[in-house]
Amino acid sequence: MRFGSTIIIALRALRRNKLRSVLTALGIIIGIGAVIAMVSIGNGAKSQVEAQVASLGQNVITVFSGSINTSGTRSGWGGAATLTLDDADAIAREVSGIAGVSPEVRDRSQVLANGLNWNTQIQGESPDYITIRSWPVAEGSMFTEQDVRSVAKVCVVGKTVVDQLFPETEPIGQTLRIRNIPFKIVGVLSAKGFNLFGQDQDDVVLIPYTSHMKRITRRTNIASILIQADSPEVIDKVQQSITDTLMQRRKGRDQDFTVRNQVELAEAATKTTKTMTVLLGAIACISLVVGGIGIMNIMLVSVTERTREIGIRLAVGAHGRDVLLQFIIEAVILSVMGGILGVLLGIGSSQLISFYLGWPVLISTLSVAAAVSVSAVIGIFFGYYPAMKAAELDPIDALRYE
Amino acid sequence: MAPVVQLKDIHKIYDSGEVQVHAVRGVTLELHKGEFMAVMGASGSGKSTLMNTLGCLDRPTRGTYLLDGVDVSGLDRNQLADLRNAKLGFVFQGFNLLSRTTALENVELPMLYGTGHGTARQIRERALHCLDIVGLSQRADHFPSQLSGGQQQRVAIARALANEPQILLADEPTGNLDSKTSVEIMGVFQKLNDAGITIVMVTHELDIAHFCKRNLIMRDGRVVSDIAVADRSLAEAEMQKLHAAEAQAKLTD
Repeated sequence: MRFGSTIIIALRALRRNKLRSVLTALGIIIGIGAVIAMVSIGNGAKSQVEAQVASLGQNVITVFSGSINTSGTRSGWGGAATLTLDDADAIAREVSGIAGVSPEVRDRSQVLANGLNWNTQIQGESPDYITIRSWPVAEGSMFTEQDVRSVAKVCVVGKTVVDQLFPETEPIGQTLRIRNIPFKIVGVLSAKGFNLFGQDQDDVVLIPYTSHMKRITRRTNIASILIQADSPEVIDKVQQSITDTLMQRRKGRDQDFTVRNQVELAEAATKTTKTMTVLLGAIACISLVVGGIGIMNIMLVSVTERTREIGIRLAVGAHGRDVLLQFIIEAVILSVMGGILGVLLGIGSSQLISFYLGWPVLISTLSVAAAVSVSAVIGIFFGYYPAMKAAELDPIDALRYE
Repeated sequence: MAPVVQLKDIHKIYDSGEVQVHAVRGVTLELHKGEFMAVMGASGSGKSTLMNTLGCLDRPTRGTYLLDGVDVSGLDRNQLADLRNAKLGFVFQGFNLLSRTTALENVELPMLYGTGHGTARQIRERALHCLDIVGLSQRADHFPSQLSGGQQQRVAIARALANEPQILLADEPTGNLDSKTSVEIMGVFQKLNDAGITIVMVTHELDIAHFCKRNLIMRDGRVVSDIAVADRSLAEAEMQKLHAAEAQAKLTD
């Protein structure tokens, strides 16, 4: 009964000063709106980066050949021709917890087909490559293990290559000449877009690694090995096991390879956006605090201005607690209403931003819930002191107040 | 019948640092149901302090105060508030209505505090009934700023009646009103008193005090005179006289 009527009393008091109530809540509206908009933009950027990282494939571990020291001149990673197919075979054979292995050989080359030519990346891979990279074939099919064994002249082409060489015709079944060797196109990869570094991932021709090594580059070593672990939990174990296997094969020689996993890359990539989100969030939080102080300021003015009203209430039987509760409820109503309006404002403005600027935005329900509860806490926190001052007034003094 | 109010040797000393102000110096007083008493005195005579004590807004430094048989001296802030809510009604010189709040909501105010006032609907009905008693039920939805001084004071009286108090305490209720409206307000008080409500009012106007049944005069914190009014003014008769005088003034013009 008391609590219910106190809410009625608080609502009536707010209604008496509509304009001031709205202006007071404005600080919170803008603060919460800013938080929601900033966090949405930050989350949007983060999810975009995460999507790009995910496009590299799931749970991918990469082994690069190492650096070489030629009479004092040290090459960078990949400079040494130290990885061999035997290394890849040993990993596939001895390391447990892996879902796929693909030895990689890369080369840029001019390709001809359909009377057109194009310079593109020629990658020698195993059939596992498309599952490791989560990169399905859009048309046709991936070459097979059989093709690898038979050093077949087959290839799977990326979307960009198709656009450049087969603008009007169907590529499947056609012949693509790489260094004058005809390869039959058996599949077309689905579009993957640009990677984190702005490279067009679709500008690629995949062929069996055996074909690449024996027919095109005539190399005996491979550039890197892609390995897919079964699950994120075993990545570290698999990575260690790969290192151990390869070191065992090196028989005491120095390590001439490096093993990286995708988690490291993902962390590096999301770090920037995380920093940005925290920064934007912090700025928005400052505006929230300012909004809270605005509420406190107005409530203090309100207590002074309404001293007589408080006196009347105390005279007719209000307890100090009733007055305290009334002013806290007023502050909480102001800030929660402000919070709800702020959430709407934040959602609206982030939608506008995404519509006009094309930025990705992601509104999380968590941030909305947090914003509303934070605004309630602000109401209680900044409303308490003025409410306390009101509750402690002496009824006689308050009634006499001019 | 036991008196509604029993004051025994009440003292009130305000201790403001170095100086001690002895505002009330031993007042003993009994007030029975149905009385209508005016408290008079110059400023500083202690009448306001006495009223605050009677109204349970302030506690006496010494002495005992029995309100309706309950000893008030030992009660804390919240218990005093509950007592005010249950047994006392206040009317102030400056009306003290909540601005931008309808007459009805103003009258509902005391019933929103304390316990046992019933549902929102019952409170509303009771408030309307109180406005009806003071003849303002037609103005229930008006804001104080839309009412005349006399009407505002009547809303304040209705608010004081809302809790069916034992005593109505009025602090210079006609202080801000012209003489005709003052008579009107005194008429309302007399009507309420006739219906059995005990009223105590502070005033410094002799003619207003003349509407009461009992006059108490204070000086320097003591009661110097406590007399029954022999031939008290009746608001109705005074009103007729005023009307006649007005008519006269127009005739002679």
